[in-house]
Amino acid sequence: MKKGILINIAKALLLARWRQTLVAAIGVTFSITMFITLLGFMNGLNDLLDGLILNRTPHIKLYNDIKPNANQPIKMANDYKGKHHFIQSIKSDANKQAIYNSQAIMNSLQKDARVIGFTQKLTAQVFFINGTTDITGVLNGVNASEESKLFHFDDYIVSGNASDLDRETNTIILGKSLAEKLLVNIGDVIQLSTANGDRFQLKVVGYFQSGLKEIDIIQSFASIHTVQKIMNKPNNFVTEIDIKLKDINLSIPTAKEYAQLYQTDAEDIQTANSQFETGSAVRSIISYAVGITLLVVAGFGIYNILNMMIFEKMDSIAILKATGFSGKDVKNIFMYIALSIGFFGGLAGLLFGFILSSIIDQIPFVTAALPTVKTYPINYSIIFYIIGISFSLITTYFAGWFPARKASKIDPVVIIRGK
Amino acid sequence: MSQKILEAKNITKYFEDPVKVQVLNDINFSINKGEFVSLTGKSGCGKSTLLYVLSTMDTDYEGSLYIDQDVMPKNDEGYLAKIRNEKIGFVFQFHYLLNEFDVLNNVMLPGLKLNKYSKEKVEHRAYEKLKLLGIEHLALKKANQLSGGEKQRVAIARALINDPHIIMGDEPTGNLDKKNSDLVFDIFKKLAHEYNQTLLIVTHDPGFAERTDRIIKMEDGKIIV
Ligand SMILES: Nc1ncnc2c1ncn2[C@@H]1O[C@H](COP(=O)(O)OP(=O)(O)OP(=O)(O)O)[C@@H](O)[C@H]1O
Ligand SMILES: [Mg+2]
Repeated sequence: MKKGILINIAKALLLARWRQTLVAAIGVTFSITMFITLLGFMNGLNDLLDGLILNRTPHIKLYNDIKPNANQPIKMANDYKGKHHFIQSIKSDANKQAIYNSQAIMNSLQKDARVIGFTQKLTAQVFFINGTTDITGVLNGVNASEESKLFHFDDYIVSGNASDLDRETNTIILGKSLAEKLLVNIGDVIQLSTANGDRFQLKVVGYFQSGLKEIDIIQSFASIHTVQKIMNKPNNFVTEIDIKLKDINLSIPTAKEYAQLYQTDAEDIQTANSQFETGSAVRSIISYAVGITLLVVAGFGIYNILNMMIFEKMDSIAILKATGFSGKDVKNIFMYIALSIGFFGGLAGLLFGFILSSIIDQIPFVTAALPTVKTYPINYSIIFYIIGISFSLITTYFAGWFPARKASKIDPVVIIRGK
Repeated sequence: MSQKILEAKNITKYFEDPVKVQVLNDINFSINKGEFVSLTGKSGCGKSTLLYVLSTMDTDYEGSLYIDQDVMPKNDEGYLAKIRNEKIGFVFQFHYLLNEFDVLNNVMLPGLKLNKYSKEKVEHRAYEKLKLLGIEHLALKKANQLSGGEKQRVAIARALINDPHIIMGDEPTGNLDKKNSDLVFDIFKKLAHEYNQTLLIVTHDPGFAERTDRIIKMEDGKIIV
């Protein structure tokens, strides 16, 4: 009852100055609209880029780097133990590219509770024969259905079907740019030769487009068995095991553990893509900064309106106090005014922000680099809306607090005498 | 055997602006229930200052003030606001009404603030007070659409809404013509004599003062009669 009467007074004061109030509320609405739109757009962009890199990148990659053996023979010689070894012209051991005992590793990963899944991969350097010139490329032997399931492989197949690789032997999917360079179409047969000089014929069943030109111009994909056959290797020969974890944040310690356990190199996604996360964080910070700046400006608008209102309503405040309203009541009245501007302005801001986001979401955004994206990306996370309305209430609370306190301190005697 | 509604004991007040001046000098008096008292004196003798002290709005004084036999604290703003709401009705020279509200709501506001009766009851009481002052037909008009005399009657109705112990007025007829002035005086008289309402009214008008039950005369911050 008592609160109701204060709210009624606040409402009456608000409506008496509805034009100025509306201007103040529009300030809040505008900033919240921009805040929502900006965050939605920036995060949409972040998600897109996450999708571009993070979704496709294994959380942990097990492989054998081409590097010299850390245990050179001299280390094992007892005579030179504890001495400093000078060895020159060490060479890398190229035959160790395959993951040793891959079947056992995969069996063990299958039982690991932290792992969502993994795929095996075999990478080979090949030459695509294009008339008289050879074009170097990389042929990846993959399990297409597993690869699609875990790393969205099929999202990047722009023509044809990823599963064709599994269905038909001796088939290949070429990077889009590579196919253009080779002047081949789907259904054509291309010839490639391995580093050892063996020649093979594969049928093109699709194009792959990652959005990154350096990748699209060299990469090609075939089933793992096809590649094993081309390279004349047994069917446990794999050069890479790509693991997806349940919790991406565990990738660093888990990678260390696997490197130890399986005696391979292990690269984690966080180390491999640290600059990428920095980019996402910077974009988020920018959108929050802009949103908050706009809100602070709107806050000053509210501050001004309230100061003006208090100046105009001195008599009313004096009367309220003379007839038994306490300083606290007066303060509450002005806080209600400020907060209702913040609340309704903010609510309208959420609505307009949503509408503006939806409009941006409809704008076509077609680029060869991003085959899966047709319009500008927007993230509609409810979190932004919650933050938006909270910010508008907090800003208006502070903007209202000082004028409201001033009003509560007005001495009615001074006003009444002043007449 | 009458009951003291208001009592001032050794009330003294200084203004510090720009030099220390004494405005109220050891004021002692009391008002009993049902008395219709006028406070007069030359301009600048401290009548308004005294009235603001007595109404609890000004707490910067020495001495003590009793309302309804309770001493008024000087630093409990919330409590004093409650006292003003419940026990004091105030009528000013300028008819301070809230222009955002209609007449009825202006009268009702202190009643709603008191929160003793339901909204319907407060509205009913507000109509009664307006009827008593002969202005119930104005109930739904906006406050700023009234004449000065009408506004002053609305202010009196508002002062009455919580059945206060005392009504104080600072030259409530000072801004009215003779006819309206007489009308307001008659209302005060009726309140005092028919409803046993206590009133303390500051006035410059000797005619007005003479017709009240008791005159308190001030000179240079002191009570002389
Ligand atoms: N805020 C103030 N600061 C300093 N002096 C003041 C202040 N308010 C009033 N005075 C002085 O106090 C004295 C008493 O003023 P007060 O208003 O009480 O007189 P009054 O009797 O009501 O006069 P009037 O009949 O003209 O209304 C005056 O001399 C006035 O100048
Ligand atoms: Mg005066």
